Parts: sequence; C-alpha cells; structure tokens
Amino acid sequence: MNFDDTPQEAKFRSEVRSWIAANAPKELESELKEASLGRIKLKSGDVLQLSKEWQKKKAKGGWACLQWPKEYGGRGSTPIERVIWQQEEGIYNKLGAPFLIGQGMCGPVLMTYANDDVKKRYLPPLASGDEIWCQLFSEPSAGSDVAGLRTRAEKDGNDWIVNGQKIWTSGAHYSDYGLLVVRTDPNVPKHQGLSMFFLDMKSPGVEIRPIKQASGASEFNEVYFTNVRIPDKQRLGNVGEGWNVALTTLMNERYAIGSGVATGFPEIFDYCNSLMTEDGPAIDDRAVRSKLATWATRTSGLKYTTYRTISALSRGERPGPENSIGKLVAGSMLQEIATFALDLQGAAGVLVDNDQKEVAGQFQKMVLSSPSSRIAGGTDEVMRNIIAERVLGLPGDIRVDKDVPFNKIPTKGRA
Amino acid sequence: MNFDFSDDQKQLRDQARRFLAEKCTSKAVRQVLEGKDTYDRSLWKGLAELGFLGVAIPEEFGGSGAGHLELCVIAEELGRVVAPVPFASSIYLAAEAIMLAGTDAQKRKYLPGLASGEKIGTLALFEGKGKLSPAAIKAQVANGAVSGTKTPVPDGEIADFAIVVARSGNSGRESDIALYIVDLTGKGVERRSLQSIDPTHNQAEIKFNGAPAELLGRADEGWSNLTRVLDRAAVLVAFEQVGGAERALEMGRDYALDRMAFGRPIGSFQAVKHILADMYVSATLARSNAYYAAWALSTNSSELAEAAAAARISATQAFQHCSKQNIQVHGGMGFTWEFDCHLYYRRSNALALGLGSMSYWEDQLIDRMRTRNTEAA
Repeated sequence: MNFDDTPQEAKFRSEVRSWIAANAPKELESELKEASLGRIKLKSGDVLQLSKEWQKKKAKGGWACLQWPKEYGGRGSTPIERVIWQQEEGIYNKLGAPFLIGQGMCGPVLMTYANDDVKKRYLPPLASGDEIWCQLFSEPSAGSDVAGLRTRAEKDGNDWIVNGQKIWTSGAHYSDYGLLVVRTDPNVPKHQGLSMFFLDMKSPGVEIRPIKQASGASEFNEVYFTNVRIPDKQRLGNVGEGWNVALTTLMNERYAIGSGVATGFPEIFDYCNSLMTEDGPAIDDRAVRSKLATWATRTSGLKYTTYRTISALSRGERPGPENSIGKLVAGSMLQEIATFALDLQGAAGVLVDNDQKEVAGQFQKMVLSSPSSRIAGGTDEVMRNIIAERVLGLPGDIRVDKDVPFNKIPTKGRA
Repeated sequence: MNFDFSDDQKQLRDQARRFLAEKCTSKAVRQVLEGKDTYDRSLWKGLAELGFLGVAIPEEFGGSGAGHLELCVIAEELGRVVAPVPFASSIYLAAEAIMLAGTDAQKRKYLPGLASGEKIGTLALFEGKGKLSPAAIKAQVANGAVSGTKTPVPDGEIADFAIVVARSGNSGRESDIALYIVDLTGKGVERRSLQSIDPTHNQAEIKFNGAPAELLGRADEGWSNLTRVLDRAAVLVAFEQVGGAERALEMGRDYALDRMAFGRPIGSFQAVKHILADMYVSATLARSNAYYAAWALSTNSSELAEAAAAARISATQAFQHCSKQNIQVHGGMGFTWEFDCHLYYRRSNALALGLGSMSYWEDQLIDRMRTRNTEAA
C-alpha cells in the first residue's frame, strides 16, 4: 500500500509538470485559487476567452483530450495518465469548464457512432477548444426519466424537422454545436422511438433563453426548436437507437474521476477556526466539533475513495458505478454545511447586504445554490438507484410504461 | 499509486475468510453470546496456530513479523464474523503497548506468550462512566503496587495480565500518569465479570489492592504512550468495524433479494434500495478512511494520529449505521433472537465505546487538524 507512482507514471508526471511550469497562465493563479465555488468569474478578463487560450495552448503542446487518439487531436494516453495530468494541472483545471461536456460526453459519442469524415471534421476543433459543444437531453417533462422526452423530429426528404424544447443546457449560448436526442417515433415504447443527431447551434429556428434559477443566478439555458432542419447525415447511430447512443454519453460521466467535487468542508473548517463567539472560538464548541468531525471524515473518505479508484486505473482496471458516491455525499454535505454556517452567524446570518455580510456572503451563496448540487447530473435518488441496482445487484424498478407505445403513456397526474 | 492491499495480503484475507467461515459460525458465536463460555477457546487456538496473533509481532519476539497491514486484513475478517475472542485486547492493545513502550526484556518476557496465544493481555484504563481524560485516572501506584478500581476492562476475566493506567505520584498532573504491567492472576487482584450489551466479548471489573506493578515505558510519558496505543488500536478496530459493516450490508442485500412482499422482492422497492445504497456509501467511506490509516500505521507516518481518529469516527458511524439499517431491512424477523442481525447491532454499539466514546475521538481529530493547519500557515 503506497501512494507512489510507478517509474513510468513518475516519468510522465515530471514531463507534465515541466510543461505546465513553462506554459500555464500564472498571472491567473491567485484569482483561480479563490474561485472555489460556483461558476467562476475573473477580473483579468473574459473567462471564456481565457479558457479558450489555455485550451489552445494545451492542444498545440499535445496536452488536450489526453485519452483521445492522436489523429483526433488527443494524445493516446492511458486513463491513469489523464488522472496524473489532471492532478498536475491543478487550479488551471477550472479553465476547462466550458469544454467539459463537449469533450467528456459529446466527443466519445462521435468517436463511437460518427463516420470518419465527421470525426475528422469535428473532433480536432472540439479537442482544441476552437469549437464548443453542448448536450441537449433534458426536457421540462423528461428529467430523471430522460427517455420520456417529447421533442419531435419528422423526416422530410433527406432532412429531419425538429420541434420542441430542451432545458438545463449548460453553455448553450456559447456553444457551436449540440448533441440532440429526439423522438422519431411516438408509436413504439419510449426507449425504442429515439434518435440522436448533432446540429449547428446557429441553425434557423434554434432559440436560446437563459433560465433564471431559484438562486437568482443564470447558469443554464432553455433551448427552443421551431421547425429546425437537420440533415440526415448528422444522425448518430440508427433511427430508433438513440437511447443506446445516449447511454454512451451518460456512461462517460465517469470523466470526472479524480477532479474532486466541492464539499464545502475546507470553507467551514476555516470559518469555525477563525470565528470567535462569546464562549470562545467556535471550533472549541462541543456541538461544532462533532459536526466538523463528521464532515471531515466524509471529505477524507471521498478523497481516499478516489485514490482507490486511481489505483484501480493504474492496474489497468475500469472503474465502475462505485464512483457515483462522490456526488451523492458531497451534494448533501454542501447543503448541510451552508445551513450550519448561517446558524453560527445567528440572526445576522440572513444578511447578504454588502456592508454586513459575513465572509463575503460565501455561505449565504452556498445555501441558495446548493439545492442544485443534489439534482444536476442525476438526483440523489437516481444515484441511490444506480448504486442499488448496478453495484449491489438489486432488481430494477417495475416499469409500468415499459411496453406501452409512447403516445399511450399517461401524462397527467391529478386529473 | 497502489492504494490497496497487495496480492499476498489478499491471499491472507482469503485464507482467514475460509478458516473463519468454518470455525466461527453463528452457532459458535452464540455459545459465547449465551454464556456457555467467556470466549471461544478453540477458535483462539486455531487463530494462534495459523500465526494470526503474531503477524505484527517481530520474529525475535515470537511473531512472524509480517506487519501491520497483515494485521488490518485479519482484523477485517474477524469483524465480519463478530469473532468472540479477546483479539483486540490482547493484540491491538496489550501487544501494541509493549512493542511501543516496553524494554527489550519486557518484549522478550511478554510478546512470545501473546503471539502464541498462551497468554492473554488487556488494557485496564477506564474507571467508570464519563469521557476518557487524564483527570479520570485515579488508580494509584505506591511502592511498586497499584490500588484502585478499573471498569469496564475488556476481557478482564480472561486476561492473564493487564496494562494498567495509573498515577505514579499525586501532583494531579498528566505527567503523573504511567503505564504498568500487572499480573491478574497474582495477589491484590479481585475481578468479576459484568453483564453488557454485547456478551460476545467479556467485560469485567477489576479491583487492585496493592497488586505488584511493573513500569512500562517512562513514568512521565504514560498518557502520551496511552494515546499512541489507542491510535494504533483505533486503526485495527476500524478494520473490524468495516468488516462488520460490510457483512451487515451483505445480509441486508441478500434478504432484500429473497424476501417477497406485495408480490415482488422487497429489494425492488426504492424505499428499501435507498436504505441499502446509503449503507454502501457509509461502508465505502469508512473503508477508504481505514485504508489511509492502515498506510499511516504501517509506515509510522506523522499523520497517524489524525488518520486514526478519522478512521475511528468513520468506521464507528458506518458500522452503527449498517447494523441498525440491516435490522430495518429485515423488518420483524431482524428483531428475533434467531436471526443474526442483533449480533452485529450489539457489536457495533460495543465497539463504538471500547476505545473511548465519540467525543474523545472528535476532539482528537479536530485538535490534530487544527495543529496541522496552524503549522501549514
């Protein structure tokens, strides 16, 4: 049991380290360090522009999309090499956010389902950050039950005409292309009537509107489709097999291994360590200690679970759905921590007023934004189902809509 | 990075699991549970014969000198089967204390007996209810003899000798506290077994009345040596707790697959699935924390103290959570004497207290994290 690199890994790490030392945008270092929670903003300039510059530099140096084949702009690296890169890239990783969905989810789908021409045209600019992709899956009436989506595509000659609405699309407003799953046949059971396409986000009939979230911020979009024309050659996989293509994307959520999720623990520990109460430092309080200790061990537990996953990668094994615990544990912890921090502030915890807010209002922001961490990318309940079914081997739920044609599935709750 | 046990260590695990599946059945555990004996003597003998007692004891003192990672592997397997033997008292506490603080002569005198299982040791620390702290230690040594009452002492009725935590002077300071080795079969020792929530481990009250006491370690370092012993034992007990937690999860999972209600296996209901998923989460976090502590223990890392406290808290919570929810998944059947669920529930609640209650370990963890933070700043 050790944390050491193999000689091969150590050699790779030192190569990465020296390239990053010579090339990373050090002028952004301190700002990126502070940008710990939520969508980042930088005083030094436009985040998207700075992100594209860093991605471009990485691509030129051969450090973009490491695990992709070289011919598509990658490096042909092993999974463990990608983890090493991620560890060494450190805070500059945050600049990769705009490309995460395109490179992590859309890219692998193109790799599996697109023909050679499409791959050669679209993958290299996706890797270099010149073109950004988004994913158009969720709909207002298709969240956890994403296969229940209602956006329609109808064949018209060599094209398809798309009408409907997508929601929760990160980065739709700055994306060049989108991966879109639609219903091509409503007369068959829901999983069998779907097809996958990609489209130019500037196509006529595509309208993008920001969603105002419960927190007041706008980080996601709704995308409306009105008679949007997509050529059949932009179809990925066979007609009616869109669900299988979508699963390829969802499986690649494992992309996030090793990147670490926000738990709020470092923030609450520092806060309790510095906060003075009338009874002395908050961290000396019995009740505070008890909570901190539990959160500390959940945080370290996640960290070392990741180390175990990395060890499995290093041995050449493929990690499985065990990794869904990260999001499940971190999401609710973030919310608990935020609520507790406000309680420590007493009645003044309610304030976000510029003059009177505590530690720049970071915990107030956390309270308001944390509900999304238990929903986005799979709700806590979906994550528990995944663990129960795919790790523990429990039977799937009984699906009342399984063999019913999509257009016969009831859509109203209380009549 | 290879943050995992080696192939050899996994082989040892398989060997231990096979042996325990045969020797440490529910029936065997219940012999002790129901008071037929204070511990499972034939299992103890078997563990000794396989060399499991001495894996972390150096060869020159009668062990095999394999190491602490091997001991962690064995601890996990013992935890899985709620083994009714004084392994923790004799090996994690007594042997570790002697290896840590003993002179060469003391190691030669005591360790071979512990490694062969012919002698059983324990730690006589607590003096009634309340939080573990130096102020709670009242037992006194004068002229080489100890007096005072220790309760509860784990395996106190079974042990041949105890490491006794007592005061060498009467300044009232922490530096008065020292560790002593006391022969429990000799004069000035009166002991009686106590009833507990987990009868598969013996608990006893021991009254010392001028019992001859042999100093272990420096007289003014008793408390710091004690905390170091407790840290080491916490890592090993954490592996027992992880083993117990995972076994409870497996029992719940198996039952949910077999038990039918409303015309379907109860494991197909999300309300049941989510209970089991949460058990998996807590057991996984505990296992990962325990691995880190095992690494720290086996390398004598400066991070051991913090890692041990984290492992202790995580594993205690996980075992209590899993054993409790295992009963819930079983429903009424889980609350019968006949089903084994209560063996794990009892053990989880007993192990949660044996090395000091949660508040002691929370203090250890937070104080150590704070020190590290200050040093880093």
